[in-house]
Amino acid sequence: MAQRRPEALISRATDSAGDIIFQGILTAFAAVIPLLLLGLLVQLAISAWPTIEAFGLEFLVSTTWDPVADIYGAAPMIFGTVFSSLLALILAVPLALGVAIYLTEFSPPWLRTPISTLVELLAAIPSVVYGLWGIFVLIPLLRAYVVPPLQATLGWTPFFSGTFQGNSMIAAAIILAIMILPYISSVSREVLLAVPNSQREAALALGATRWEAVWTAVLPYGKAGIVGAVVLGLGRALGETMAVTMVIGNRHDLSLSVLEPGYTMAATLANEFQELSSAFHRAALFEIGLLLFVVTILVNAAARLLVWRVARGSSAGSRAL
Amino acid sequence: MKTMTKLAIATAFLAACEGGSTVLLNGAGATFPNLIYQQWIITYNQMTDGVELNYQSIGSGGGIRQFTDGTVDFAASDAPMSEQELAAVNGNVIHVPTVLGAVVPTYNLEGVTERVRFTPEVLADIFLGKITKWNDARIASVNAGVSLPGTDIVVVHRSDGSGTTFIWTEYLSKVSGEWKSRVGTGKSVNWPVGLGGRGNEGVTATVRQTPGAIGYVELGYALLNNLPAGHVRNRAGNFIEPTIESVTAAAAGAMDEMGPDTDFRVSLTDPAGANAYPIASFTWLLIRREYEDAAKADALLDFIWWALTEGDEKAPELGYAPIPGQLTPWIADRMETITVAGESVWQRPASAVE
Repeated sequence: MAQRRPEALISRATDSAGDIIFQGILTAFAAVIPLLLLGLLVQLAISAWPTIEAFGLEFLVSTTWDPVADIYGAAPMIFGTVFSSLLALILAVPLALGVAIYLTEFSPPWLRTPISTLVELLAAIPSVVYGLWGIFVLIPLLRAYVVPPLQATLGWTPFFSGTFQGNSMIAAAIILAIMILPYISSVSREVLLAVPNSQREAALALGATRWEAVWTAVLPYGKAGIVGAVVLGLGRALGETMAVTMVIGNRHDLSLSVLEPGYTMAATLANEFQELSSAFHRAALFEIGLLLFVVTILVNAAARLLVWRVARGSSAGSRAL
Repeated sequence: MKTMTKLAIATAFLAACEGGSTVLLNGAGATFPNLIYQQWIITYNQMTDGVELNYQSIGSGGGIRQFTDGTVDFAASDAPMSEQELAAVNGNVIHVPTVLGAVVPTYNLEGVTERVRFTPEVLADIFLGKITKWNDARIASVNAGVSLPGTDIVVVHRSDGSGTTFIWTEYLSKVSGEWKSRVGTGKSVNWPVGLGGRGNEGVTATVRQTPGAIGYVELGYALLNNLPAGHVRNRAGNFIEPTIESVTAAAAGAMDEMGPDTDFRVSLTDPAGANAYPIASFTWLLIRREYEDAAKADALLDFIWWALTEGDEKAPELGYAPIPGQLTPWIADRMETITVAGESVWQRPASAVE
């Protein structure tokens, strides 16, 4: 689909003053964004300097967060941010892909628009409404029907140990999964729609069932785009604040158990910024902001690398065939 | 039609220009008293000409910062300014207590209709995670006749920094040496156990949805929402129901310790007084000892005096406890010391002089 760049046209254009000015303005515009990003990073680092200087790497591994004694460690929040987002992906990706595949490959045409519209509507619901739903509907449901069997069967694993008090990592992960589902499914759907029909026809002509055609011909073709969709969802999960803080329990603990409460970096910022205990507390929150920034950039960079690798793989042709 | 609109705009503009004689007073600070401050300001702006008050509830810390920077004429705080903060304004501040707030323990115990009673030690040990069951002998011994279930206690606290947490932890620090050394007093603390809820509403929602939960909320919030509020034993040994009256009694009980020369930066938690509810606190307006603009200073002090003597009738219905009447002459004494260019600017009305 790549369009050829109109190099010929560019070289033919005369270098009029207007063109040069135009190019200069556009370059300035383009430079604004990276500069803004850099400025943000520098500003965060300057504001966070007191705690960076005082705690160093200890800040990343310590689990103590004590504004009274002015001792700060962000390990539970860093862990909670990444853990809750990954759990959300585990829950959301199969569901979102299922929706996308059903809509593009299996659903009757008249059903496509209503279903995809409904799924996309999920993205329009305000975060705080998800939080309320989490407190008043999801957590009681989990308490009554989901957690007891989980504890009975998988309670021996570290992931389902401990006591369930309601607000917990699992509640946050489920809410996050629902929130990122529309992003992943609608982008994946667009990607699958862009897969040329010849792919499907070729697979079917070779005697594949419809399922085999999807699995061996359609999905591999769209792999890069689907990974991109997942990254988009992950980015959103990492930064989500309100709904998460309402159901995650806001507890500075490191636990692998999804039944125990946790904390995220975004939730800490939202909770503690308004009423600070000290200037040092402020610096610690800025460092959390800096870390959230860095973690988001790292995750996105890793995902971008993944997309490149996957794209290289699939451009070589559908290996499955 | 068009000319009409233009005329209206022009009139409005003229009115705004005339406002050159209007005194604008800006304040910012605590969120806890926001409800009553806004009520006072709306009423006062309507009943007086030439004064326009404006208050933004950005949090106590933010209010103190803006007050120190000189960007507001007055501030409001749920916690008195620390020595360090006082030094930053060279002591150019007077704390004026306006209303009282209280913090109450609320809980979720199915089938328990009687109000549960708490001793200070029990509250501290629950929040330290040392008492973990509702039918613990130490809770049961002061709750004869209440059938307490054997469920686990789930502690719920505020996850956001808050004056409510400050009052709660200050009280626990006063009544428990272990709390003082392990946790301490603050707007955010390192909680030994429990779940965090955001705001009074977050704590309430979590308590309501979690069997066996105990949390703490502002008295006004508990009253307006009909939450079960525990009775707490005060220093005199009586179990006190948190009410507007018992909170006002806490301030009255603390007056002996204050004395007429007080700067009002006093803690009301665990006060004397047979009927005093022990987890209470003033909330303060912060004003300057020296102002630069006499008109501003005069208008501000008139407003504060009105709020303390007339506006406070509104307090109980909004869930705040008015300060005891015996305290207002002391406050007036302090307000009369405020100066502009070395001259006193405000005298209490003749009717208030006995």
